[in-house]
Amino acid sequence: MSDIAIRVEKLGKQYSIGKRERYHALRDTITDALAAPFRWLRRGVSANGDGAPEHIWALKDISFEVPRGEIVGIIGRNGAGKSTLLKVLSRITEPTEGYAEIHGRIGSLLEVGTGFHPELTGRENIYLNGAILGMHKAEIARKFDEMVAFAEIEKFLDTPVKHYSSGMYMRLAFAVAAHLDPEILMVDEVLAVGDLAFQKKCLGKIGDVAKGGRTVIFVSHQMNQIRRLCGKCLWLHGGEVKMFAPTVQAVGAYEAALTSGFLTAGDPAKGAHIDARFIKWEIAEPRGIDPHVLTTAGPAKVRFLVQVNKPMRDIHHGIALFSNENQLIWSTATDFRELEPGLREFVYSIPTLPIRPGVYNWHVTIWHSNHLTDEWFCTPSLVVGTQPLTHPNDAWIGILNVPTVLEVR
Amino acid sequence: MATQSTPVLILRPSTGFLRLHLRDLWEYRELLYFLVWRDIKVRYKQTALGAAWAVLQPVMTMLVFSIFFGRLAKVPSDGVPYPIFAYVALLPWQLFAFALTESSNSLVASQNLITKVYFPRLVIPISSVLAGLVDFAIAFVILLVMMLYYGIVPTAAVALLPLFLLFAVVTALSVGLWLSALNVKYRDVRYTIPFLTQFWMFATPVAYPASLVPERWRALYGLNPMAGVVEGFRWALLGKEHAPGPLLWVSVAAVVVLLIGGLRYFKKTESTFADIV
Repeated sequence: MSDIAIRVEKLGKQYSIGKRERYHALRDTITDALAAPFRWLRRGVSANGDGAPEHIWALKDISFEVPRGEIVGIIGRNGAGKSTLLKVLSRITEPTEGYAEIHGRIGSLLEVGTGFHPELTGRENIYLNGAILGMHKAEIARKFDEMVAFAEIEKFLDTPVKHYSSGMYMRLAFAVAAHLDPEILMVDEVLAVGDLAFQKKCLGKIGDVAKGGRTVIFVSHQMNQIRRLCGKCLWLHGGEVKMFAPTVQAVGAYEAALTSGFLTAGDPAKGAHIDARFIKWEIAEPRGIDPHVLTTAGPAKVRFLVQVNKPMRDIHHGIALFSNENQLIWSTATDFRELEPGLREFVYSIPTLPIRPGVYNWHVTIWHSNHLTDEWFCTPSLVVGTQPLTHPNDAWIGILNVPTVLEVR
Repeated sequence: MATQSTPVLILRPSTGFLRLHLRDLWEYRELLYFLVWRDIKVRYKQTALGAAWAVLQPVMTMLVFSIFFGRLAKVPSDGVPYPIFAYVALLPWQLFAFALTESSNSLVASQNLITKVYFPRLVIPISSVLAGLVDFAIAFVILLVMMLYYGIVPTAAVALLPLFLLFAVVTALSVGLWLSALNVKYRDVRYTIPFLTQFWMFATPVAYPASLVPERWRALYGLNPMAGVVEGFRWALLGKEHAPGPLLWVSVAAVVVLLIGGLRYFKKTESTFADIV
């Protein structure tokens, strides 16, 4: 018997752009055929009219091995291929090339509450959801009381879940998922939702699973979770393995890369024919060593550079700040009459940005005459490197980082 | 924990060689059971009449047929009273039509499952076909009442009824496999279903007997497998002395071809469901 739980070799997954997550109307197929009646003759020429590739590799040349009983974290930016890798390994979608070997019964948790039916009661949904996750009826029956206790919904067991509060619904969904007990468990970011106390309970449960000799693959954006749980990390970037190393090393390198702006590479090239485009962003004041790291809780100026190629009227400009878990932190929008060609600056004066230390992302848009001219998920990310002022236990770190003084009278 | 027999799963791009993985399907039989159970449980939730719908639909259709085809158009009914002649045919027909509608939309409706969890995808159309059996059973009770009323005693052929029921289910499943897999890629399918079931019903001896079709064409008529199913039901239940004969065998052959083709197409496209659904 080998001690390897998962062996992945040169695994690749290709998606056809436009076909992904889109179904075809027969009409499209017919019109395509009419528009390019001889395309089938030169199939294999993988370029469309614009010269852009028709396919993208969501995963390319992925190789790694996971020994039995190890918890491996998968880290990387959005779109790095983390979820795709998990989908391939949990058999939801097929690899395009390469090969993976999985030793043991897999359970995957890509989402909690998959298949919950609003009309069914809590009790009924436990059985249904358990079966969907691959549990046997006897197994569900055996763990039933434990699940109900874990979810704290005893009183509402026979109420249809459509009458549940969202908190109750999530707790029930987690409870079923947390009792999944396969030899290999794959978890995708499911803990990003739910309240903190409950998240902690779930993390503890995953830790227990691993202590029982099970193998866990864990995708998360939250480095504190990764640090706490995983022995090793697989860092994916652009669908390829950037690093596969012990967590301290991999997370350290990943965070350093985020901060240094290394991960900007791969920002899609923007065409010069666009009327206006965002070029770069930086923290103009106070100036530090790195213009993307905010080290003060006091006033700051954030500057966005916009290349305007022709005179524009009726401008609408929006800005939003997202956490690295894609939670909207703040946004606003402004309208103004016109914009002259040339290099323009949008400078925001911010009295204070009291958010907890971490990685954030700006999202800016510019519209003119009701047409979206440019949209930019700004790279690099904003790193807030202020002093943490919150609870020492990181399970209790909230969104805000506010200096407070307690007076006991 | 893991002892001698750890299952090893190999993931690689599927090649031209298609296997059914029936053992995998067997592993997931409990999921099949739960999905059928869910569909049945949820079907008549929030309806005022509840399971009465299972009876109302065939009974109302039978009444309409009896008035227009039986009374007014004087369609022959092979010597049995027209209402029961039509009702016997409506039972498997409605099972089929229901299964067709439900299964063709089943994969798309289960998008949230398909993109998040692995299980043999065949479970989905199969469960939606099986869920129709409950309605069938309820409506069947009415048939028994009607048989008592008309004093119809079935012959020994009634023993074959389970086979004909299986035949109806398999027919629905084979068509359902095609349509459900096609519907993932071409959503046009859902718009064709109402027409398809309507046309198909006229092509099936529901409102009229197969004996209206000239003798020499009758075997060919069996290419519509529902013709075989419906005639089989009449033979098994109404005590007609003549078995459907060649028509039935042609129907069976047609279903076998349809089923094998459906399974092949389904398995071939299965690997892309999660990507395009």
